[in-house]
Amino acid sequence: MNTAAVKDLLLKMADDALIIGHRNSEWTGIGPMLEEDLAFSSMAQDKIGHAQALYTILHEILGEANPDTLAFKREEKQFRCCQFVEQPIGEYDFSIIRQFLFDHAELIRYDLLTQSSFQAVAQLAKKVKGEIKYHVMHADTFVKQLGKGTEESHARLQKALNNSWHLALGIFEKSEFEDVLIKDGIFAGEEALKNRWLEKITPIIQSADLKLPVTDESKIVYGGRKGFHSEYLKPLLDEMCEVVRTDINAEW
Amino acid sequence: MVNELTANGSQWTEAAVWQVLENVKDPEIPVLSVIDMGIITAVQISNPKPETRNAIVIMTPTFVGCPAIEVMKKNIYEEVKKLGFDEVKVQVDFDVKWTSDRMKPEAKIKLEKFGLAPPPEMKDEELSEEMLNRVRCPHCGSTDTTLRSSFGSTLCRAIRFCFNCKQGFEQFKPI
Repeated sequence: MNTAAVKDLLLKMADDALIIGHRNSEWTGIGPMLEEDLAFSSMAQDKIGHAQALYTILHEILGEANPDTLAFKREEKQFRCCQFVEQPIGEYDFSIIRQFLFDHAELIRYDLLTQSSFQAVAQLAKKVKGEIKYHVMHADTFVKQLGKGTEESHARLQKALNNSWHLALGIFEKSEFEDVLIKDGIFAGEEALKNRWLEKITPIIQSADLKLPVTDESKIVYGGRKGFHSEYLKPLLDEMCEVVRTDINAEW
Repeated sequence: MVNELTANGSQWTEAAVWQVLENVKDPEIPVLSVIDMGIITAVQISNPKPETRNAIVIMTPTFVGCPAIEVMKKNIYEEVKKLGFDEVKVQVDFDVKWTSDRMKPEAKIKLEKFGLAPPPEMKDEELSEEMLNRVRCPHCGSTDTTLRSSFGSTLCRAIRFCFNCKQGFEQFKPI
C-alpha cells in the first residue's frame, strides 16, 4: 500500500468533513425554523464525528499525529479541504445547495470506498454511508420543495446553484496520487466520482425545475487539495482553534 | 453480586462480564443497557500470566459522532473493573457495523414505553422515507403519523407528529 497516497486521500476527506461540520454548526441557534436548526446542528455533529474517525485512522494506522493535533494545531496551508466547504454559510439558499452538492459527492465517495482494498477505510465507509443517507435525504427534500415552491424560492435556489457550481466541481480536484490509488484498489478516483455524482444530481435538479449550470473548465475553483485556500479558511481556523491556542500544550 | 461471584470463583468469565454490562445504560436512553442496544460485539478474557486476568470489551458505535461513546466507555470500564480484573480495556471499532436491527426485540418494547418510537426493521433494505414512515405513535398507538424532521434532539432521533392524538413524538431512526 502506498502510504503517502492513502494519507492524502484520508486527509482531504477528514478536512472536508471537519470544515463543513464547523460551517454547519454555525446554523445552531439561527436556523430559519427549529427543524432546520436541529438538522444542521445534527449534521455538524455527524460530520465532525466522521472527521475524527478518519483522523484516528491516520493516527493509529498511518502514523500521523493524534486527532486533536490534526484538527486544531495545523496551519492553514496544511489543510486539504476543497474551497467549497470553506465558504461562509451565507443565506439558507446557499447552505442547502452546498449541502445538496457536497453531500451527494460525499455519499458516492463513501459508497466507492466500501470496496476499498484498505480494510479500515472500507469498514468505516460502510458505517458512515448510512448516516450520510439522512443528510442527502434532507437536502433532496428541500431542494425539491424550494425549487418548485414560490417564484422567490425558485429564483434564490437557481442563483445559489449557479454561484456554487464551479466551487462544487473543485471537490474533484485530482492529486498526484490519483493513478496509484486506482491501481492499488484503494479508491476509484475523482473522475469516476465526478461522473457518478453528475448522473445522480442531474435528474434531481431537473425534477426541482432548476437548470444545471453550464461548466466552464477555466472557472473551476481548484487549489484546496494542494493547500491553497480562499480568504475564508483562516478566519474559520482562528475561531475554531481559539481555545486550544490559549494554551497549546494544555492537557484536556 | 461481586462477592457472590468471587465466592464461587467465577468472576473472571466472559459470562460474568456480559452480566455486569447489563448495568451500563445508554446515557441518552437510560432505559436501555449497552446489551439491549446491541453495541457490545465481543468480550475477551485473557490471562497473560497465571495470576493475572485481563478483559477486553469491544463495542461498535450507533453513530460515528455519538457523544455518548466516551461516557459509555468509561462506565463499561468501571463496571467491569469491579469484577476484579487486573486490566480492563474498552475498545471501539467498526469491525461489526451497528445497525438498528442489532437492538434486542425486548429493547424495542422498553423504548416504546419510554416514549420513543422504536426503529422499524431494515434487514437489507435501503433507507427510504417510506421506511421511516413505518412507525406508530408511542403515546396512542396510531399509525396516522408524519415525519417532521429526520433530525432530532440526539443523532439517533427523528421528530414526528401524530394526527390522532395531536402530539409530537420522537423516533429512534432506522440506520
